[in-house]
Amino acid sequence: MIEVVIEERCDGCGTCVDACPSDVLRMGEGGKAVIAAQADCQTCLLCELHCPADALFVWPEIEQPVGITAAQALASGQLGAFRRDSGWGEHAGTFTNQHWRMGAIFERARLMAIELAAAKSARSEEGSTS
Amino acid sequence: MTRDAVQVAADVLVIGGGLAGAWAAVAATREGARVVLVDKGHCGTSGVTATAGPGHWWVPPEQREAAVADRLKRSLGLGDPDWMRRILDLTWTSLPSLRGYYDFSTDDRGQVAYRGLRGPEYMRAMRALATDAGVRILDHHPALELLRHGDGSIAGASGLALRGERPWTIRAGAVVLATGGTAFASRLLGSATNTGDGLLMGAEAGADLSGMEFSNYYTPSLAGTNMARSMAYSFARWFDADDRELDIPNGPDVTPHLARALLKGPLFCRLDRVPADIRAVMPQVQPNFVLPFDRLGIDAYRDRFEVTLHAEGTVRGIGGLRVADAECQTAVVGLYAAGDAASRELVTGAISGGGAVNSSWALSSGQWAGAAAARRALASGTRADALAVATGRAGLRPRRTAGTFDTSGAVAAVRVELNAYDKNIFRRGEALDASLERLDGIWRELADHGRAEGRAGLRLREAAALVAAGRWSKAAALTRRESRGMHRREDAQGADPRLAARQRVQGLDRVVTRFEAAPSQAEVA
Repeated sequence: MIEVVIEERCDGCGTCVDACPSDVLRMGEGGKAVIAAQADCQTCLLCELHCPADALFVWPEIEQPVGITAAQALASGQLGAFRRDSGWGEHAGTFTNQHWRMGAIFERARLMAIELAAAKSARSEEGSTS
Repeated sequence: MTRDAVQVAADVLVIGGGLAGAWAAVAATREGARVVLVDKGHCGTSGVTATAGPGHWWVPPEQREAAVADRLKRSLGLGDPDWMRRILDLTWTSLPSLRGYYDFSTDDRGQVAYRGLRGPEYMRAMRALATDAGVRILDHHPALELLRHGDGSIAGASGLALRGERPWTIRAGAVVLATGGTAFASRLLGSATNTGDGLLMGAEAGADLSGMEFSNYYTPSLAGTNMARSMAYSFARWFDADDRELDIPNGPDVTPHLARALLKGPLFCRLDRVPADIRAVMPQVQPNFVLPFDRLGIDAYRDRFEVTLHAEGTVRGIGGLRVADAECQTAVVGLYAAGDAASRELVTGAISGGGAVNSSWALSSGQWAGAAAARRALASGTRADALAVATGRAGLRPRRTAGTFDTSGAVAAVRVELNAYDKNIFRRGEALDASLERLDGIWRELADHGRAEGRAGLRLREAAALVAAGRWSKAAALTRRESRGMHRREDAQGADPRLAARQRVQGLDRVVTRFEAAPSQAEVA
C-alpha cells in the first residue's frame, strides 16, 4: 500500500496523480502530491515507476497501511528502485529491459521439472529392486 | 439530464483502456472514426497487463498449423481452429507495428524479440499510440451503464467523472466493452478495478455470456503481498509448517496440489533452485517481482517464506461476454466485446490461455471489435439526438424503496464464495448450490434497495457487477456436471462427451444456462 510522499522530493508535477489507476492521490494545497484515499490503493507500484523524482514509497503489504515515515522510506535505500530496475529516465542504458528472456527461463524450469521427475522415478525403481 | 453533466458525441466509444481497449481504439481510428476511450483508472496503468509482462502467442507461419492442432486438442472440445489461426496471424503483423513506441530488445542471436513485452512499457506505448492516432482519452471516467435506442441497438453510455464527481454521457454509434475480466475481489496484482463492470452492463443491454464456469485459475505469491508473478515459482520447492518438503511437481497442474496443502495449513516455499544467472537478471526481467522481497528483508533465493494463492477469476479464467460474430459483436447490435471482457473459449477452450494466448486475444479481438464498431458507426451515424434509454438497473434504479445496502459486505461475500479453495478449486454440486443461493439473496437485496451517489455509487455498481458475475460463474459450474479442463467437479470426475460444448449463461434476476450444440466430431477429434 502507498505509505508516504517524500515532500522534499516531490516537485508537484502531478504525474502520479494522473497515473494512479485507483485514484488514490491528489494535488495538495502546497502543490505536492498527497495520499487522499489510501484504502483504495491496490499496491500496483506503478505510481513509483511513473514518478521521475522517486518521491513515493509503496510498502508491499496489501491489507493495511503500516505507517512508514518519510525518514524510514529514505533510509530504506528502496526509493526509486522500481524505476531504476525498469531502466526508466536516467537509468535507460544501464538497466536494460531483459524481459525477452522470460520464455527461455520458463523453458529451463520446465526442463528442470522433467529432470527431477526422471530422477525421482529412477530413485523409486532403485528402492523397489533393493 | 443531471446538472453539470458532461455530454460528448463520438463515432465509437471504447470502455476500458487496458490492452484490448487501447488496441480497439487505435483500430477504430484507422477506419476514420472519431473515438473516445473512457477508463475507470488511467489508460496506461489500468488493468492486468500494466503490472505484468505478457508474452504473446507468437508463432512463425510455418509452425502455425502444428500450434493450432496442439491447442485445439488441449481445448477439450471447446476451441475453434479458425479463431486460433486468425489471432496468430494478427499477432504476427501487429506487434512489429509498435516499433517506435516500444523499445524492443534484441535477443542472443541478434533477432528482434517481439514476443514478450514488459507490461508498464507496453501500456505506456499503447497510450502513446492511441493518443497519436487521435483517440480522445478520458481517464478516471468509469462507465456505469449503457444507453440503448428504441430498436435495441446501443446508443452510448453514461458514467461518472471521478474528479468533481460529475456525471457524463457519451453518445456513440457503437460501443466496445473492454473492461477486463474479474478476479472476484481477490488481491490479484493489477485487478482491483476489474470488477466485471462490462459483463453487467452488457447483460443489462441484452448480451449473453459464455464459459463462465472456467474461473478457477490461481497464481502463487509471497503471503501478505499481491505479487503474483509466477515465473520464479516454476522453480519452487514447497514445504509445510514443519518444514517438511511436499511432493508437489511444478507444471501446469500445480494449483490443486498447492490448494490441498493450503487447506491443511500454512504453505511455504523455497526458490533455491532458481539458477544463479537467472537470479542475476531477474530485476531486469520482472522488476516488480523482487521488490516485495527486498523491502520485507527476505532473501528470495535462500530464505523459506510463506505463500498464498491468488484467484484470477475470469482473468486467466476464460468466461466473458459471448461474441456472436467474427467481428466480436455481442448478441446486442452495436455492442462489441474485446479482451478479457469477452469469452476466450474460442481460442483457449477449457484450459487457461495463460498470458500468451490471452494477450494475443486482447490484441486481436480489440482490433476486430474496434474496426467493426467504427464501420458500423460510420454507416449508421451516431444519432446523438435520438431518444436513448438507460439500461442500468441494480445499484442505479432500485426495484423497491432505496435503502441502505452493505456494499463492502457484498464484496467480501463474493471474495469468499468465488475464491475459497474448497469452494472453487474442488467443486461440488451442494457447495455450488449454497454459494448460488447466498449470492442470489445478496443480488435481490441490492437490486431491490441499493442506491448511492458519486464514488459510493460507483462502488455499489462494482459490487453489483461482482455479484452478477459470481452468480453466472456458479450457475454455469453447477450445470456443467462433469470435469473438463480447469473446471473440476469432485462429484463428477472425468469428462462427459455429451458436454463437449460451450455453455451460455444469461439473465440478471433469473440466471439461465444452456449448452450450445456440440461442434462436429471431426473438429474436436
